[in-house]
Amino acid sequence: MSAPIIHMENIKKHYGNVIALNGVTFDVRAGECHCLLGDNGAGKSTFIKTMSGVHKPTEGTITFEGKPLSFGSPRDAMEAGIATVFQDLAMIPLMSVTRNFFMGREPTKGRGIFKRFDIDTANEITMAEMRKMGINLRGPDQAVGTLSGGERQTVAIARAVYFGAKVLILDEPTSALGVRQTANVLATINRVRSQGIGVVFISHNVRHAMAVGDRFTVLNRGQTLGTATRGEINPAQLQDMMAGGQEMAELEGSLGGTI
Amino acid sequence: MSIDTLARADERIKSEPFLTKLMKRPELGAIGGVVLVTIFFMITADRTMFTLSGVMNFMTPAAQLGILGIAAALLMIGGEFDLSIGSMVAFAGMVFGVFVVNVGMPLVIAIPLTLALAAVLGATNGMIVLRTGLPSFIVTLAGLFVLRGAALVGLKLFTGGSTQLRGIREAVEGDFLAPIFSGDAFGFVMRWLAEAGIVDSFKSGVPKVPGIPVEIIWFVAFAAIATYILLRTPIGNWIFATGGDALAAKNSGVPVRRVKISLFMLTAMAAALVAIITVIDAGSTDARRGFMKEFEAIIAAVIGGCLLTGGYGSAIGAFFGAIIFGMVTIGLTYTKFDQDWFQVFLGAMLLLAVIFNNVIRRRVTGER
Repeated sequence: MSAPIIHMENIKKHYGNVIALNGVTFDVRAGECHCLLGDNGAGKSTFIKTMSGVHKPTEGTITFEGKPLSFGSPRDAMEAGIATVFQDLAMIPLMSVTRNFFMGREPTKGRGIFKRFDIDTANEITMAEMRKMGINLRGPDQAVGTLSGGERQTVAIARAVYFGAKVLILDEPTSALGVRQTANVLATINRVRSQGIGVVFISHNVRHAMAVGDRFTVLNRGQTLGTATRGEINPAQLQDMMAGGQEMAELEGSLGGTI
Repeated sequence: MSIDTLARADERIKSEPFLTKLMKRPELGAIGGVVLVTIFFMITADRTMFTLSGVMNFMTPAAQLGILGIAAALLMIGGEFDLSIGSMVAFAGMVFGVFVVNVGMPLVIAIPLTLALAAVLGATNGMIVLRTGLPSFIVTLAGLFVLRGAALVGLKLFTGGSTQLRGIREAVEGDFLAPIFSGDAFGFVMRWLAEAGIVDSFKSGVPKVPGIPVEIIWFVAFAAIATYILLRTPIGNWIFATGGDALAAKNSGVPVRRVKISLFMLTAMAAALVAIITVIDAGSTDARRGFMKEFEAIIAAVIGGCLLTGGYGSAIGAFFGAIIFGMVTIGLTYTKFDQDWFQVFLGAMLLLAVIFNNVIRRRVTGER
């Protein structure tokens, strides 16, 4: 198996006297989908924010492509090749797909004061990249506000991939989507993975995770409860680990096994 | 699936009618407004309104407001307001007057200094807004009073008790920069056109319109540059992104703080430019200069299609918004209507524009 692109060792994060992360170890290899599972409040968000350079860990080491690394800002992480698609997607509904796609990284032509936004190239690239992801846009000037949730998610993923992501962190990409759109997004994850990009898929939905995941790490109360590879574990076991075992079993009993 | 089938257009999408495409332009409302107002005055106003001199007559106040309006539009697209620009006109006018009259600076020093001071004040506004996270509406409302008061106090201080500072025209007379900031431009073109009989001239052969007032040139140039920057440069994309969703923009690598502070600086400098032009033109400055202009500038921007919530709008729209303003203020004097209808018109126009913009935005972005 290939060496991990990014390896996070024993990450701890404290906010004042609150311990959000208490020793999390996690890694991603090229071309795999590593699912990070956990219930609300388990520390998933804090952890991915540490991974994407938003927070600095209080303790612990980050190794990126074999070298120790410390990100000063999200920008540093982005430049290194760690792209994060947050739940809010960093998309602006009033702006066109092209303008969103290239937001902050506009291609230019010309020099000096004539340096300008190369809108034709940008439009072409956007249309082509979206087509690769299986979405036919009405036009590159279509506002993002007119896209469905799944399509927006795909724009965000396509953007990250186009700008050379080596690791793609997806923060609950399927949480607000319908059945079909979820299927589309999971298919997109598959496509991205087959291009050799390491995908970190954060979710609390075991079914969605099982559909695309190669490895599964469960986070509970700021700690990793262990990592399992596909085939070693079944959905029920994952569900149990996420919920912290005991109480969930009781609840599930009273709900007749519907969760 | 082959690439070919992928590339084929989605069969569920109808081709877009021309009108829908047109509706997507934020400046549509303002252009429609100009057409309507023109038709209105064609019918009601004296015919001299649409002669060359009549057009210059209403374009001059339109230009003075428009320079503010375009800057206000850029700032609004960037997601912020500046209510202090009217007072900034008075304050910058006072400072400029003191520089040329009391200190005796040549324009080549006085103008950059005035603009720089305005830029610093604009940046201060921006910093306060960003640091405190308070709405710019409130922060610059404070600026509205502070600068107006400072202008008044400053005038009294430097004139020995008067609220008007005179003698500016005499002080700048003969300065090589004066023609760029005052009087009329392209006089030679007008003379040539008069000789050729294309424009009206007096019996002596002097054209009735001696040239294009410089503010109109500044206005048109500013509108063109602002539109270019907004639509065709990365900075333009950053402005839209910053106003659309500052956090999303920041996460995508847009320098949101820099964009906002630059825009505050720009509006303040636009106010200073208007102050310099109008003060030289009038030959004096007083504390009431630029009174209410902050609201008129914002109204021009809103008529031009800017959303109050930011992230959407156009500079060229504000250009037309300002022209509507100029036409109505001046145009009413060519009609039999009471001039004070202007205020009524102003309010009605604002309300109409806001409602119209909201409907258009929903259509364009498919918000439900």
